[in-house]
Amino acid sequence: MSGALQDWKSQKKPFAAVVTAPVFWLALFFVAPMAIVWLYSFGQNAGPADIEISGTLDNYKRATEWLYVSIFLKSFAVAALTTLLCLIIGFPVAMAINFAAPKWRPWLLLGIMLPFWTNLLIRTYALMALMGTNGYMNKGLAGLWEGASWLRTIVGMQPLEAWTPVQLLYNNFAVVLGLVYVHLPFMVLPLYSALDRLDKSLIEASLDLGAGHFKTFMQIVVPLAAPGIVAGVMITLIPALGAYLTPDLMGGTDSQMIANVIERQFKRANDWPFGAALSFLLIYAMFILIAFQSMRANKVKAA
Amino acid sequence: MTQAKQPIIQIRNVSKRFGKVTAVDNISLDILAGEFFVLLGPSGCGKTTLLRMIAGFEMPTEGQIIIDGQDMSLVPPNKRPVNMVFQSYAVFPHMNVTDNVGYGLRISGVSKGEIRDRVAEALELVKLGGFEDRMPDQMSGGQRQRVALARSLVMRPKVLLLDEPLSALDAKLRAQMQFELADLQDKVGITFVTVTHDQDEALSMASRVAVINKGEVAQLAPPADLYEYPANRFVADFVGSVNIFEGKLTLDEPDKAAVDCPGLGKIYLNHGVTGPHGADVWVALRPEKIYLHVPGEGKAVRAAAQDAPDGHNLARGTIKGMSYLGDITLYEIQLEGGQMIRVSRPNLSRHDQEDFTWDDKVSMHWRADSPVVLLS
Repeated sequence: MSGALQDWKSQKKPFAAVVTAPVFWLALFFVAPMAIVWLYSFGQNAGPADIEISGTLDNYKRATEWLYVSIFLKSFAVAALTTLLCLIIGFPVAMAINFAAPKWRPWLLLGIMLPFWTNLLIRTYALMALMGTNGYMNKGLAGLWEGASWLRTIVGMQPLEAWTPVQLLYNNFAVVLGLVYVHLPFMVLPLYSALDRLDKSLIEASLDLGAGHFKTFMQIVVPLAAPGIVAGVMITLIPALGAYLTPDLMGGTDSQMIANVIERQFKRANDWPFGAALSFLLIYAMFILIAFQSMRANKVKAA
Repeated sequence: MTQAKQPIIQIRNVSKRFGKVTAVDNISLDILAGEFFVLLGPSGCGKTTLLRMIAGFEMPTEGQIIIDGQDMSLVPPNKRPVNMVFQSYAVFPHMNVTDNVGYGLRISGVSKGEIRDRVAEALELVKLGGFEDRMPDQMSGGQRQRVALARSLVMRPKVLLLDEPLSALDAKLRAQMQFELADLQDKVGITFVTVTHDQDEALSMASRVAVINKGEVAQLAPPADLYEYPANRFVADFVGSVNIFEGKLTLDEPDKAAVDCPGLGKIYLNHGVTGPHGADVWVALRPEKIYLHVPGEGKAVRAAAQDAPDGHNLARGTIKGMSYLGDITLYEIQLEGGQMIRVSRPNLSRHDQEDFTWDDKVSMHWRADSPVVLLS
């Protein structure tokens, strides 16, 4: 392995032949557009379709207004809550798959990944159909309600008043639920692979030494699954932070996240420089998160 | 271990089935307090399943396990007075040696000072003093095993269970650990129950061995009895190397017996076997108990020994293969009837192995107390 890694130093021509195309591709379609957006963030509108890059910091100043700071903070809160819920739901799922009989494991993993086979938009609409006032959730609740009402009449009590559908959609609850639904597989897969690497006899050893299941979980399973937990948290938190579609479709007027604000700047508000500034602030925030994680990973490696 | 011959573990009609597979089939045995008990058998014979049932990681399908007078049927592993050393050692990789060894004591709420003392004592016992702050990935397999041993011993269990404790060590270290384990067991006085597929390990460490075959106890005996008085063909063959010939019991009296083996010849024993007369039996003969001679000489030696009637306990053959193993040389000899027999011969002098070579005609004899008659 190290030999192969060292070869590129001595064999520059083949290395260059292999590397030129992807470097060119990334430069043209990743670095260049990002650079343009970055430059826009220091500009101002000079006409309906004309941006003058004047080096102004006005866009960043405007981003520090409470309206935008609060949306940033809220986006963080929603993304963090989503990540936490994914972790709480995903950990038992990952453990269950791990402890399932080997012949079942691939099928259970497939079940986790199956939603990816369908477009996010369609999945979101399907979820909305489920949660709408005429959706199956409400129908199910209505059925239970009517059943309860009927039971009351049987025992001679007054029937319940008519069922009023619950507003499940177009609020923060719907956004978090939608985000958890979308991001759960991202959490389960790294957790699964971390738990898969965990020697099961360590768990048995802990039980053997007198620890109960909860202590074993906290003292052995969680610390040893930490790399998977960190990976799962990062891989969930970062896309959740930039989520656009879910809050747009499932959220109410007060559930917009930062990506929705950015989108509005580029479209309806036609304020590309401000949108660019917000975009880069979001990118910087993610950089900080990733930097924290890699610092932690280095510390673990050093220890 | 004079204090008690009380059974510390009583296994009562225990069976374990996984789906259609019967791993342990109606085993009953007692393990005595203070003994070094070994469960010996080929892989897949059910010995590890039995050990895991004692530890509580598997529940018997039928039967019960009693430890120190208490039925363990409803007792989970963390509440049993036994501790286990795992085959993989299962040393916690995120804890240093001190934290590993102190884990069980911390869990059960022992005071910090006592933990410190007992951990130090346990590390001293397994000769790991000075390793307190090491992490497991900075240690060799042998050292990790000592950590696992200390981690279990520090709990002062009634019984220490060891799952293939030496299988991951190299040959030299294994031989050393065999002695150390036996020594350790003697020192701490805790009952050891070890699982192994290695007969050398079993013979060298155990006070008693249960040979397990297909989920059943094939024989339970001290090591020397197992080797010299195997109860059946499985044990004779599994423990050590052996030649087995089919024959018919022609004479069976309290002080002598004879078997007629078409493949080997007439066998004479200087003790009775109490088998049905004329029954089909098997004769087991260990390779090291057969003397090798140049043709003709064997008969003279045999006659001089006078421990068997003329024409008994003799055979002739041709050397078809030999392997020089340093301390001994192993010969594969084709008998006149066509069957093969293995004979080993100690290389008492540096030139012994030059006495016989391929295609040499040889004669063999053995003493009247060497053959073992097996009824099953």
